[in-house]
Amino acid sequence: MMSEEMKIFVPRDSAAKSVGADEVAAAIEAEASKRGLDLQIVRTGSRGMFWLEPLLEVEGRGGRQGFGPISVEDVPALFDANFEGGGKALGLVEEIPFLARQERLTFARCGIIDPVSVEDYRAHGGYEGLTRALGISQEEIVTAVTDSGLRGRGGAGFPAGIKWRTVMDAKADQKYICCNADEGDSGTYADRMIMEGDPLLLIEGMTIAAIAVGATKGFIYIRSEYPDAIATMKEAIQAATAANWLGYDIQGSGKDFVLEVRSGAGAYICGEETSMLDSLEGKRGMVRAKPPLPALQGLFGKPTIVNNVLTLAATPTVLAKGADFYKNYGVGRSRGTQPFQLAGNIKHGGLVEKAFGITLKELIFDFGGGTRSGRPVRAVQVGGPLGAYVPDSQLDLAADYEIMAANGAMLGHGGIVVFDDTVDMAAQARFAMEFCSVESCGKCTPCRIGSTRGVEVIDRIKAGQDREKNIALLEDLCRVMTDGSLCAMGGLTPMPVMSALKHFPGDFGLPEKKSVTH
Amino acid sequence: MQSSETVSERLSQVIEDNKGLDGPCLPTLIAITQEFGYVPPEAVPMLAKALNLSRAEVHGVLSFYHELHTRPQGRHVVRLCRAESCQAAGCEAVAAEVEKTLGVKPGDTTADGEVTLETVYCFGNCALSPAAMVDGRLMGRATAERVLGAIGKSVKAAE
Repeated sequence: MMSEEMKIFVPRDSAAKSVGADEVAAAIEAEASKRGLDLQIVRTGSRGMFWLEPLLEVEGRGGRQGFGPISVEDVPALFDANFEGGGKALGLVEEIPFLARQERLTFARCGIIDPVSVEDYRAHGGYEGLTRALGISQEEIVTAVTDSGLRGRGGAGFPAGIKWRTVMDAKADQKYICCNADEGDSGTYADRMIMEGDPLLLIEGMTIAAIAVGATKGFIYIRSEYPDAIATMKEAIQAATAANWLGYDIQGSGKDFVLEVRSGAGAYICGEETSMLDSLEGKRGMVRAKPPLPALQGLFGKPTIVNNVLTLAATPTVLAKGADFYKNYGVGRSRGTQPFQLAGNIKHGGLVEKAFGITLKELIFDFGGGTRSGRPVRAVQVGGPLGAYVPDSQLDLAADYEIMAANGAMLGHGGIVVFDDTVDMAAQARFAMEFCSVESCGKCTPCRIGSTRGVEVIDRIKAGQDREKNIALLEDLCRVMTDGSLCAMGGLTPMPVMSALKHFPGDFGLPEKKSVTH
Repeated sequence: MQSSETVSERLSQVIEDNKGLDGPCLPTLIAITQEFGYVPPEAVPMLAKALNLSRAEVHGVLSFYHELHTRPQGRHVVRLCRAESCQAAGCEAVAAEVEKTLGVKPGDTTADGEVTLETVYCFGNCALSPAAMVDGRLMGRATAERVLGAIGKSVKAAE
């Protein structure tokens, strides 16, 4: 017989909801009341095993037993079997190989706790990092972050400690912490998962940053395509403030930090840090020329830390467990763990947090199980719409900032989009240019005009019109965009274009072995 | 139908509510969109005056962001993701069927004002591509049948 205090965990993550988690939760509640059973439904984040969503978990022998993917129709049978066994039973969730083989630091709590419960968060090690930060000097916090080797997870990989030190050393009456949660790259969703599944972690990380550099105000800029993340973040801010982990005189330390959520309005470019700052100031999201660095003249002209969600969310671990603990994960100059995101045509799509150095092949096949269509992998786009297309022959590449860069690719925000052999790579190249033309802020000419010309040139190549001449023109155009654009939007759009041309010349109507100099 | 007096009263209220924010222009335009479903033309001069900006500056912000609209949307809004992850999972075929059935291109509203179709680049649901959002509800592994079914329509048979 079921015990009275039975707890059932159902994700409130928007991806889980997109395949029916809300309906399943409602069905469980209805079934329980029909049977006169007392049970508590806890809405959590997602574990990041999306092919199993809606994934329902029940506290049982030796840990949480998983069932998935569950549909509304499966619910009565689960009750009939007292939530033991059955066709949808997955055993202990922690022992599912996809999860068991990960190294979850940032995502340690995601999918386990009630995301907006400060009590739950603290019971699972939350606020240990901030507690430590409140007991040491600003200098010591920044040194810990520097020593951990933590680099910006937004894509550029800039050392977080250096940025923090610059802001700490700047003299100003007001400093800001801005979290870039404008996760616009297709194939990425780790920021969203943290904001929906463990938002207090991000709040803790931002508070540590604020104390380290002497900032009293922070903003989280969340893209409007993430309504659930916006709502959950706001809820979590209220909860943290009510528990005095945010706001004024935090835990009696005399330190203040006030946090506000701001929504974007559908502009990919606002993920670029200076464009995001203009947008936060309420303006058009136009890219700014650097220098001045945002660290010295950022939001409203004041010294500002701009970090990605995952960067800030890594800092509580660094503070709680020490710089060495964090640094011991990873390879070369890429230290710590990276939440990789498997996307596109993938059988087991989801989030894999692993130390840097794992190969693309391991991620795509050992974790992802290959394509969902069952067809061979032909190309993989790593690092979002501005990242290179990697051919199937190069999947032995290790996911490491330097190794990827040395091979003409980039790790970016860790998104991996898998394409099978039906993909037309000339069409993907064209899309890269088209996307740039739609999303360019328009400030600099190579990006604004170059992208439109790029679409036209690729159309001519595809139509077989003066193919050799137009290929030369495309290569030249890409060089101008790379060298002459103000930011990564125009500067990196040539990456997917040229990598497609280089590795898949046949799709452009060229002989397969044409080598491209770029 | 709202009288114009009511519209400007409601606009004044939204503008007043957001005036205390840092960098208020964009958040106010978003709040106006939440209140009206779009940004009515009279909002531009009112907001410019309240924030001591030129009309051109407010218009500049309004025209920059894809999700700020100057015309009312349809009663249903169907947003299809067309970014790389969803492309890899067949979103183009879904989009083609939806467009054909509704008889509109992305960015347009059906003549009866019933449905607006939009292209979005990424909902962050890339492990369950293709993604769509229908009337604010996210849908994973979207098919044309499910997208259209969510607004009470069925796929138009092939000609």
